[in-house]
Amino acid sequence: MAQVPANLKYIASHEWIRDEGDGIVTVGITDFAQEALGDIVFIELPEVGTEVNKEDSIAVVESVKAASDIYAPVSGEIIEINEDLLDSPERANEEPYDGAWFFKVKLSEASEYEALLTAEEYQAECE
Amino acid sequence: MGQRTALYDAHKACDAKIVDFGGWDMPIHYGSQLKEHNLVREDAGMFDVSHMTVVDVTGTDSTAYLQYLLANDVAKLAQEGKALYSGMLNEQGGVIDDLIVYRADALGGYRVVVNCATRDKDLAWMDKQAAKFDVSLTEQPSLAMIAVQGPNAIEKAKKAVSANTKAVIESLSIFQGLPSEGWFIGRTGYTGEDGLEIMIPADQVMSVWNNLLEAGVKPAGLGARDTLRLEAGMNLYGNDMDETISPWQANMGWTLALKDERDFIGKAALIEEKAAGIEYKMVGLVLETRGVMRSHQKIIFTASDKQGEITSGTFSPTLQQSIAMARIPADAGIECAVDMRGKAVPVRVVSMPFVRNGEKVYK
Repeated sequence: MAQVPANLKYIASHEWIRDEGDGIVTVGITDFAQEALGDIVFIELPEVGTEVNKEDSIAVVESVKAASDIYAPVSGEIIEINEDLLDSPERANEEPYDGAWFFKVKLSEASEYEALLTAEEYQAECE
Repeated sequence: MGQRTALYDAHKACDAKIVDFGGWDMPIHYGSQLKEHNLVREDAGMFDVSHMTVVDVTGTDSTAYLQYLLANDVAKLAQEGKALYSGMLNEQGGVIDDLIVYRADALGGYRVVVNCATRDKDLAWMDKQAAKFDVSLTEQPSLAMIAVQGPNAIEKAKKAVSANTKAVIESLSIFQGLPSEGWFIGRTGYTGEDGLEIMIPADQVMSVWNNLLEAGVKPAGLGARDTLRLEAGMNLYGNDMDETISPWQANMGWTLALKDERDFIGKAALIEEKAAGIEYKMVGLVLETRGVMRSHQKIIFTASDKQGEITSGTFSPTLQQSIAMARIPADAGIECAVDMRGKAVPVRVVSMPFVRNGEKVYK
């Protein structure tokens, strides 16, 4: 059974979002996503400073099996990316919720965070 | 629920992820496709390939029948135990299936192994063509099959079998196969490594699997089987060729025995195609930048408006970059790019295989 930590928010395309305070969130892919993708071999990340709109495709995960788009769960500015993933994409398989975060976004609309799925709602999406 | 092989419970016990494969519930991986791939390149892994179809051809016309049915010539099988790779073609020269045929005198003729997804049409076609010959076709659905592959595969497999079977294994050269105590052992495979394909009565296969596990052979899924065969430059039926593609356009020209008087199904069409000029050819592609090529992506050429198409693409765990097989216009040159999600990414055309016995081989 895929893990769905209760303290995170989610979107239906299998990204998780963690509130870091000060209007900043961290984004990654869920355990369900990494399991479905299989071995991940490349990750492309957006550039720091990019302004993104909610639902934009802003990153790509390539597994042995398929390429998959990663969507911006909220609108705002990319303020940091996890460069370790460029050289060690397998970390997204090994520790999807910890070491393998993808990017951090400074929200432009605080209300967008509140509208994200709860763990319970996301779990229901996966079933 | 799909059909299950006699090893289904063994897969579950090894934590396999099961997927549908041509109507069969088969293991795609046991945790990590990449690790299983590397295991086969570096040590020894085993695949359940019991879904494949085994057909024995017996009777006085066995040789003449197979010489008519297949594009390669079973007359090349000069002694018992030799094996041959061939296409089985339609009248238009398209590939109905690719297969391996072993000369199996002890079984009264030949043993043919065809693909699982093409089973029904293969058997119907083989039956239809048999009408003019004194032959019997006998499918062997009660045989399970384990492919043990890798540089240490044979040494480890020898520890898991009887003394007689061990002696048979030791007698086999590469691309030979012989029966042993109701089993049939081929020194063949689909990975580009040395190894065995062992056909075993289904009611014995579980204990053989367990003996192999004990001898240090770990299970590998169909995911790794696909990346291994692609690195080895081996075609996958349905992806790289089908009934609309001739062997000339599928890198199978070497399997065509055209030099003598023998007639076979599709021969006239093959000769005609060659005389008119073969329009497309199959090549290997290597992507030297990040990203993974996928089947059906288009190939765009600098020197031609004609396009090519990727037939199989993947990430190569051995080479740590993406490789693909593609069918491209024969006259388009080699300066090309692959259309990857709307971006034209330059790729290099190479001759296959990409990897043999664990080593990069293309230039």
